Amino acid sequence: MQYKSLEILVGFFVSIAIAALFFLALQVSNFNALKDNGSYTVNAHFDDAGGLKTKALVSMAGVPIGRVTEINFDARNFDAEVIMRIDSRYSTLPSDTSASILTSGLLGDKYVGLTPGGLDESLQEGSTIELTQSALVLERLISQFLFNSSDKSE
Amino acid sequence: MNIFQSLGQSTLKALAKLGRSSLFFISLLMALGYILKRPNLLIKQLYSVGVLTFWLICISGLFVGMVLGLQGVYTLSTFGAESSLGIMVAASLVRELGPVVSALLFAGRAGSALTAEIGLMKATEQLSGMEMMAIDPLKYIIAPRFFAGFISLPLLAALFSAIGIIGGHLAGVELLNVDAGAYWSQMQSSIDFYDDIVNGVIKSIIFAWLVSWIALFEGYDALPTSEGISRATTRTVVNSAFAILLFDFLLTALMFGAN
Repeated sequence: MQYKSLEILVGFFVSIAIAALFFLALQVSNFNALKDNGSYTVNAHFDDAGGLKTKALVSMAGVPIGRVTEINFDARNFDAEVIMRIDSRYSTLPSDTSASILTSGLLGDKYVGLTPGGLDESLQEGSTIELTQSALVLERLISQFLFNSSDKSE
Repeated sequence: MNIFQSLGQSTLKALAKLGRSSLFFISLLMALGYILKRPNLLIKQLYSVGVLTFWLICISGLFVGMVLGLQGVYTLSTFGAESSLGIMVAASLVRELGPVVSALLFAGRAGSALTAEIGLMKATEQLSGMEMMAIDPLKYIIAPRFFAGFISLPLLAALFSAIGIIGGHLAGVELLNVDAGAYWSQMQSSIDFYDDIVNGVIKSIIFAWLVSWIALFEGYDALPTSEGISRATTRTVVNSAFAILLFDFLLTALMFGAN
């Protein structure tokens, strides 16, 4: 009988601890977002990937639809090649969709925002997004502003 | 005896101890099959090693999480970034504090008890008595304790992190009015399952191996006197703490240092 209660206590301990692991996986981390129902990759060339990181979100209309998987330097065109993986539930994005690197909030993470185009063809595995807009680099913006205002004053 | 003699002697002594403990570990691994055939031995030890540490881990996890919540709000509010509290609490618990603090507590609570128990068994010649009866004490006494420690510490560390995150919620959200939605959603968006949680669990598995190994070996290797047992118990806690912190640095550099 003594063994019985001991076994119950050990079972209780193990189940509570496994529940804690599940809590960490489901409630704390992005485990849900990893649900993989297939995906396809597209790439895009940006003049400046400024601060974009791998695993950054790819979103359209503010809804996350994929993630950035690779950011490489393209030595032929001297620009940044960004490879992203888009959930295959969203396989009807027009092929003239444009991509821009945006910031969530004032100091938040960079993400890739897609804006749909109007063509009937849709993006395929391995296709390239032609219309891109680079990340906004704050220093460049400030220097542009300073140059412009000094031009005016002369 | 001159200084070189004593230096050489202590080096040889340390090397011999390392060798003995490695052999000890290998023979523990060999006993795995024996344990799997007799799960009752393991369950009994899971009770004394794991279940009895349960409340210590729960309460310290809660308070560590609450302190992180309070300190986080005070620090982050100078930048107006209280909404990142969830990331701060969860990342520090899951990556560092969960595995490390629960391993330190485990070494103090369960490791010292294991050393004292085994040491006393040795001093009262219970271990040699078993050998006389053709029962291998390594298999029957020590291996169940080793595997019980090895199983229970990762579970306890996960529990510590989970309760700590709830504690951070209590202190940050309920007490200091950080937005609950921001706390959880920021946490979910930046804590990665593989990078953060799985690595934390791997850390705690390695700490479990270290602490159980050190505790049982110190007990098994203790001088069979009352003074020897007391010294071995002290060495268990001190050496475990050293080993945990050293390995924590190495593992952190390996896991999170690359980026």
